[in-house]
Amino acid sequence: MDQATTPQPDLRWHPGLLPDPIDLDTAPFWAAAAQRRLTYQTCDACGAVVFFPRRHCPECLGRALTWHDSAGLGSVYTFSVVRASRDPRFADRVPYCVALIDLDEGFRMMSSVVDTDVNTIAIGQRVQLGWARSGDALLPVFRPEPA
Amino acid sequence: MKRDEEVAIVGAYEHPARLIPDSSPLQLQAIAAAEALADAGLTGRDVDAIYSALDGGLTSRLALAEYLGVTPATVDTTMVGGASFEFHVAHARSAIRAGKCRVALITYGATNRSAAVRLGTGAAPQYGNDNPAENMEAPWGTTLVANYALVAMRHMHEFGTTPEQLAEISVATRAHALRNPAAVAAMEALRFKERGEITVADVVSSPVIADPLHKLECCMVSDGAGAVVLTSAAVARSTRYRPVWVLGTGEAVGYSTNGGDICATAASRSGPIAFGEAGIRPEEVDIAMIYDSFTITVLTALEGLGFCGRGEGGAYAEGGRLRWDRPGGPALNTDGGGLFSNHPGMRGVFLLVEAVRQLRGQSTAQVPDAKIAVAHGNGGMLGSRHGAGTVLLGVA
Repeated sequence: MDQATTPQPDLRWHPGLLPDPIDLDTAPFWAAAAQRRLTYQTCDACGAVVFFPRRHCPECLGRALTWHDSAGLGSVYTFSVVRASRDPRFADRVPYCVALIDLDEGFRMMSSVVDTDVNTIAIGQRVQLGWARSGDALLPVFRPEPA
Repeated sequence: MKRDEEVAIVGAYEHPARLIPDSSPLQLQAIAAAEALADAGLTGRDVDAIYSALDGGLTSRLALAEYLGVTPATVDTTMVGGASFEFHVAHARSAIRAGKCRVALITYGATNRSAAVRLGTGAAPQYGNDNPAENMEAPWGTTLVANYALVAMRHMHEFGTTPEQLAEISVATRAHALRNPAAVAAMEALRFKERGEITVADVVSSPVIADPLHKLECCMVSDGAGAVVLTSAAVARSTRYRPVWVLGTGEAVGYSTNGGDICATAASRSGPIAFGEAGIRPEEVDIAMIYDSFTITVLTALEGLGFCGRGEGGAYAEGGRLRWDRPGGPALNTDGGGLFSNHPGMRGVFLLVEAVRQLRGQSTAQVPDAKIAVAHGNGGMLGSRHGAGTVLLGVA
């Protein structure tokens, strides 16, 4: 599935902490994100789904991995709503959600559920990928899947 | 019962103050070292091994030996957050057993409160900026509280754990704090608005900091200092107080995995190792000094250490079971814990200090004839990556 076929307006996030785009393990992920592609890896040797991105497989230490585009569909594994932050980059953004999302391809990532009342977010809730602009970066965030 | 009487804690010290401005972490470690050694009846000249998690890179870690004037045969700067000191005990015990050293000094000092470090609700702490996993987490603004809250939320979903059950941990710990003059003074110094007894209703009606954790479920941020001294059986015979024997230790690291169980924390691995080594069952434990950064840290550790089954921590905490004066369970954090007595950022050393007090009969919430204590440290971030160190202590 191509996530880019239905363009959506960028979601609101904040000019907070940005990923380091030249981190040697995760740079390819952020380069793909800049093109609105959510990516993950699988191990050529053992087939394990690998996330966060690495140059080796944490199951078998194999070093041949293949990148894939995720369809961006998943469910909320767990979450919290930050209601107090003294981090100046986030303090005026409360309340906001932080969540661990289980993508249908079998990887779990930290992100946020946005574009919804934070008091309605629930574990198990189906969510879909969206993109939020944060400074120069595009961040993969999630919004509730339409009913 | 099997008794391993090879290595003992013979000196322990907790700085009485929680606001110690105009002091550096190094200065505080020197004070704590001197006092813990005096408590043991030893001097700096006896020390041949030093253990410190002092933050600040190579220079500050090497600096401790020079600063204290110690020429160590063994140096260990293992830094796994608040659990560092339980790891240090494990490593010191091994070194003493192996004959590499005789007197090991474990010190801690921090001034996070005076330095106004926003530990809980500030930027998520970075445990090494070269960790690519953190590069995937930094953008989301996950505070330390929220990171632990991820575990609490999942625990509630999976096992039906309630906010009221989690609150029981705060209520029992406050009752213990009110018996400890140092904790009472701490809450005053840190300007706690309410400093008396608290109820479950008080906890769940306090402000939510990060769903589902309330303010009264979050530890304080203080200054502080402490130290413990370990030595061999031969040296322990001539120290001031009766030796508190190290009966078993366990170390583990936990981290988030694809499809993994966030509620099965590293305690579920470090605990069984330590209990197995000691030949002790959880129901034999009188005192449970468990790192209480947040209530969920304690709840998951109670399960991991085997005091109750997986998912049963909520029911286990009910009915005041963890109070010092109730049968049916261990007395939890009898000094008032990190919640209400002392949490300068890495509380692990104070877990050991209060366990020693209990086993010497010196606690302000003394459990009569306490014989076995567990000190369980947790460091890092429970929802993403953390270290757990379990130490079983006993007196003959």
